[in-house]
Amino acid sequence: MTGTSAPILTLDKVSKTFGNGPGAVRAARAISFSLHAGRALAVVGESGSGKTTCARIAMREYEPSEGRLLFKGNPVDNAGAKEIADYRRSVQMIFQDPFASLNPAHTIAYHLKRPLMLHRPELKGGAITEEIKALLRQVKLDPDIVAPRYPHELSGGQRQRVNIARALAAKPEVIVADEPTSMLDVSVRLGVLNLLSEMKREMNLGLLYITHDIATARYVAEDIAVMYAGQIVEWGSTGKVIDNPAHPYTKLLLSAVPDPDIRFDDPNAQVSSAEADETRRRSAADQVTIREVEADHFVRAA
Amino acid sequence: MKKSSFPLIRNRKAMVGALIVAFILAVAIAAPLLTSYDPSARVGRPHQAPSWEHWLGTTRIGQDVFARLLYGARTSLAVGFGAGLLITAVGTALGIIAGYRGGKVDEVISFFTNMVLVVPNLPLLLVLAAFIGQASPWVIALILGCTSWAWGARVTRAETLSVKQKDYVKSAEMMGEPRWRIMTFEIFPNLISIVGINFIGSVIFAIITQATLEFLGLGDPKVVSWGTMLYGAQKASALSVGAWWDILTPCFALAFLGIGLSLLNFAVDEIANPRLRTGNRLGRWSALIRSGEGRL
Amino acid sequence: MTAPLLSVRNLTIDYIGEADDFRAVDNVSFDVAPGEVFGLAGESGCGKSTIAFAISRLHKPPALIRKESAILLDGRNVLDLDQKGLADFRWREVAMVFQSAMNSLNPVLRIEQQFYDVLKTHKGMSRAAARDRTAEMLKLVDIAPDRMRDYPHQFSGGMRQRIVIAICLALDPRLIVMDEPTTALDVVVQREILQRINELRRKLGFAVLFITHDLGLMVQFCDRIGIMLGGKLVEQGTADAIYRTPEHDYTKKLWASFPSLHGGVLR
Repeated sequence: MTGTSAPILTLDKVSKTFGNGPGAVRAARAISFSLHAGRALAVVGESGSGKTTCARIAMREYEPSEGRLLFKGNPVDNAGAKEIADYRRSVQMIFQDPFASLNPAHTIAYHLKRPLMLHRPELKGGAITEEIKALLRQVKLDPDIVAPRYPHELSGGQRQRVNIARALAAKPEVIVADEPTSMLDVSVRLGVLNLLSEMKREMNLGLLYITHDIATARYVAEDIAVMYAGQIVEWGSTGKVIDNPAHPYTKLLLSAVPDPDIRFDDPNAQVSSAEADETRRRSAADQVTIREVEADHFVRAA
Repeated sequence: MKKSSFPLIRNRKAMVGALIVAFILAVAIAAPLLTSYDPSARVGRPHQAPSWEHWLGTTRIGQDVFARLLYGARTSLAVGFGAGLLITAVGTALGIIAGYRGGKVDEVISFFTNMVLVVPNLPLLLVLAAFIGQASPWVIALILGCTSWAWGARVTRAETLSVKQKDYVKSAEMMGEPRWRIMTFEIFPNLISIVGINFIGSVIFAIITQATLEFLGLGDPKVVSWGTMLYGAQKASALSVGAWWDILTPCFALAFLGIGLSLLNFAVDEIANPRLRTGNRLGRWSALIRSGEGRL
Repeated sequence: MTAPLLSVRNLTIDYIGEADDFRAVDNVSFDVAPGEVFGLAGESGCGKSTIAFAISRLHKPPALIRKESAILLDGRNVLDLDQKGLADFRWREVAMVFQSAMNSLNPVLRIEQQFYDVLKTHKGMSRAAARDRTAEMLKLVDIAPDRMRDYPHQFSGGMRQRIVIAICLALDPRLIVMDEPTTALDVVVQREILQRINELRRKLGFAVLFITHDLGLMVQFCDRIGIMLGGKLVEQGTADAIYRTPEHDYTKKLWASFPSLHGGVLR
């Protein structure tokens, strides 16, 4: 996860605990990662692994219980109103559910107009309309058809494109995408992922891609962090981690990814439930030591 | 809300309800054109049966019942819609603020809501009205508005809590939308059906309650309204002397307006809950089953 | 080929609308042999779940099965069954597992009680016999039999889904219809469950109609696969043929929608 440029957004040993006493849930434990301009980081894990908690901390929806959130090197927690407004503009989110993330009472044009008015005060009157059209064209939607529509008149894929356009409207530096395709039909998923990657490249955005699907992580992201039970157990360059996994949990996860080349009847391809349980149990313990597997590839162990 | 007004036009219950309410409204506005009598003046002999001269007869003191019906509609509608508007505005505003802000704000508002909710409404009104003496319709509307918003606030708060969890509200927060904009432009439009039901329900409640208070003699008897008509008829023992027109006219008028508003309310409810809609889909389905075109 | 266990013939299902109808399933025919796993793949709205519902006769108005349709189980038309025959047919002949099946367990009853209810209704079993059967079934899905005294909330989502499958298996059905049974679960849990079902069908000999949108998973699990598009069955073949030599353009397009773990990358 080393980048050549200075990181835009950094989580520095961030922990988040919900509740207290014996019933407390440690949703994130000592999470550290950085987002760099023009690079995508995939955070991969199963439900409950803490990956969404990381996204919510990056969006400042949750305050970290421990650790710091740094924006361009400066801690965000003691920032003033102006810095917070700047942060709100610079870090934009794309939600998982394309049906719940657009307000059914407003047109698509309204959804794009609001971030423009809030974050681009230099735009006035006709310029706003022009910018809305440009944004929709950018996400490959026809502005004349889509702008006056209501969300329920669009398909899931189109809505997700509108969500991307809305995120871009603020001229952000970082986009946090929380499972942006998991609720879409399979045949439109790649189109949305391609669009995200294209935007990342063209606008030099830092992309935090949260997913449970490690195959799409490979497709989209340069860097990957594998999470289990609130900890990042393995991280580094996506290709290296996937081709040469070092942590038992990463290995387990990779062995279970649907692969048409392996039949369930194949005795060599069995995932043993007992072993899986053992791996889960061991991976849930605090992983304190860090080992460098190779350049740009790290793993944690208990 | 272009989207939700369209189904209202297509809904038959809504159409009938709206026609009834519009008819009463039109008649109330056009009262001076429809009758030449002064509703308060003595214009004939007491307790005359309906005739060409007095379409709905006269009261015990010789006032024209038809004229009183028309002018009374003005008062009843004005009090109903005025109080309804007040009840809905207060209930909706407090409900959204409590639901969206949460925390201390919610605790304070919910405390007051629950307090108003547990005080029995009609007895309180009786006491208040008796205390004030002969209350004018506007005072009654004001009292109603101040004492009846709690139910609407509760329901709106509950609905706000669920809308608040939606991603589009989160998205607006993350975008940095000010709180007042989130409440008025993101949350409120999605509560419009609940607010509509609350409003129409409050109008019905206000009209009936105002009539009740006046019927019990707590209103200002000099004002012409359907409630004072009932009060006058009751005091004149209209039914026992056979002057049915005197007492039945305001009764039917109240029932008619109630039906119109209730139909509107059902329609809004149907549009808000698609499950209540049946339509002619199932009719077509049954016909196809019967004709052997297919089966379940 | 042996006589098919399930034979779907010219199945056409409309959803009746106020003015015109929506054809959800359009003249679909396929067979499932005893002990076979047959997969139906397609995107949302392609009609695959409507077929699953029709086979178990669980669909409701305004769904309408057109008259030329037939669903034959062992040569008997399922669509001709009356209410009593239907009650017998569901569970004993055909069992169903849905995506959210793990949430269909009654939260206030112990697992043991839920098994007993099913076994008593359909097989008239005594409590003691049902308890033995429950222990046996839980062992089959890798859950310790002594946990039958627990309540559903004490199990994880994957375990609850396995319990539902165990209840389905308890009556020895000959066909299990699985509609996206593991979509809500994590990949490791998904693999554990499906692998187990695969072993069990080899051992017990039941057939599976498996419905999912994940083609890779389907090829791993199924013997034969049908691809659905807009209510039509556009391609049907062995899992190997669908994977290696897809014929229909849509099948090829679906395959192209899945990035491979070791395949090309974007950037």
